[in-house]
Amino acid sequence: MKIKALTAVAALMLSAPMAFAEADEDQLIINGDVAMISKTAAAPHLEGALSEVISGWHFRDNETQAMQLDDFDNPGMVFVDLARDAWATAEGTEGKSCASCHGEPEAMAGVKAVYPKWNETAGEVRTLQMQMNDCRTTRMGAEAWKTDAKEALNMEALMAVVSRGMPMNVAIDGPAAETWAKGKEIYYTRYGQLELSCANCHEQNYGNYIRSDHLSQGQIEAFPAYRLKDAALVGVQSRFKGCVRDTRAETFSPGSPEFIALELYVASRGNGLSVEGPSVRN
Amino acid sequence: MRLTALAAAAILVAGVANANPVAPTDVAYDDSGAVAESLTGVAGDAANGAKVMTDRGKGNCVACHAVTALSDAPFHGTVAPTLDGVGGVRSEAELRGIVANAKMTFEGSVMPPFYKTTGFTRPGDGYTGKAAPADLAPILTAQEIEDVVAFLATLKD
Ligand code: HEC
Ligand code: HEC
Repeated sequence: MKIKALTAVAALMLSAPMAFAEADEDQLIINGDVAMISKTAAAPHLEGALSEVISGWHFRDNETQAMQLDDFDNPGMVFVDLARDAWATAEGTEGKSCASCHGEPEAMAGVKAVYPKWNETAGEVRTLQMQMNDCRTTRMGAEAWKTDAKEALNMEALMAVVSRGMPMNVAIDGPAAETWAKGKEIYYTRYGQLELSCANCHEQNYGNYIRSDHLSQGQIEAFPAYRLKDAALVGVQSRFKGCVRDTRAETFSPGSPEFIALELYVASRGNGLSVEGPSVRN
Repeated sequence: MRLTALAAAAILVAGVANANPVAPTDVAYDDSGAVAESLTGVAGDAANGAKVMTDRGKGNCVACHAVTALSDAPFHGTVAPTLDGVGGVRSEAELRGIVANAKMTFEGSVMPPFYKTTGFTRPGDGYTGKAAPADLAPILTAQEIEDVVAFLATLKD
């Protein structure tokens, strides 16, 4: 009985921060112009797990949030400019640039929203970086970028900007279903000596603080993210690696089949949220 | 009274147990997840327990739990219930079991096990991201568990 009383008191004390620290009510409108869907009803496949999906932006402090509201204040936008140059620069044995085949970067509007995506010819699920590398190696005769290498992240950020505001709509059925299921299994596996899964932190405890960190849902519609701590763009799979390492686990490597599957699964958890990158995070 | 008996028993075995703490794989949890016997036979040092609880590389308990008595350490988490008063409602045996492996008390708990060395999925070598060595050490030593338990026992209100 005494224990119950304690639990009740604890619940009372904690209910205020827990209920209201969840996600703020601010509006994510970039340049006072492009309104983002930063909170929306969760996709049907998340039934029983989440009812609402929320951008990580809502969990950051006002200062960090403000940097993302205006492209002039967003340190990630410099890299988008670099990517615009790279887009039009011929590389490799074929003497071609991205522009040679695709025209303006804006022709890629909508692409970021549907990746990772099944590639029929290759018979595999591909992340956007894998698809860009396929263009580089087979069409340009250029070298593939390493997963989350600077150049790859810059270009991914440009692909995000031209799809800004469009809702994520990653396919999880058909031939992608198997990879998706593998990603889901990883998401719920408790790794490392701390025995923590992605879900333990980002599904069960988003809105709570783990020490000074305000836990978000760990969504990736806003990647690549400019991380103030690193003063650089960070890629999805590098972020995954950091989170797995923090469970005192042996991590997977960026580019591994496990992280490709996890990227597909986590992207699908954000279906309905606007493509938002490059975001600003601490 | 029970405590006195336990303390007496502890003193009796102290000499032997000290040199040879109960191994993580030999901890005797009862049906409710409590561990009656001291892991070392040496009384816990509450002051060191408090240090272990705020040290990020050790217990880092305040990452999840708020503890008023530890408010000198910045930023307590909200993932778990406050530990204020826990020493008044939980026995040392219960506290020892929870700190050693909380899942024996709370099924499926997010609280990590602090005195466990086997049965992990992809255990790492601390926070390096590399694979764990074959003889993975528990996150806390037997004596550190006892120290933490001694500190928790002081949290009476
Ligand atoms: C021990 C807790 C913990 C675990 C387990 C964990 N994370 Fe995280 N994660 C964090 C913290 C803390 C942050 C930084 C604050 C935030 O954005 O939530 C973070 C951030 C992220 C972000 C960046 C979100 C953004 O908007 O910038 C992603 C993506 C993410 N995590 C995915 C994952 C995935 C996938 C897993 C499992 C492989 C995982 N996390 C496991 C604690 C955790
Ligand atoms: C990652 C989160 C996390 C960490 C780190 C953590 N705990 Fe916990 N702890 C919990 C949760 C959650 C509960 C509540 C039981 C449950 O529902 O799983 C709990 C319960 C407890 C209880 C029982 C409280 C009660 O009311 O009966 C004690 C005692 C406790 N923890 C002590 C500790 C100590 C000591 C440490 C560090 C050595 C620690 N915890 C680290 C999450 C954590």
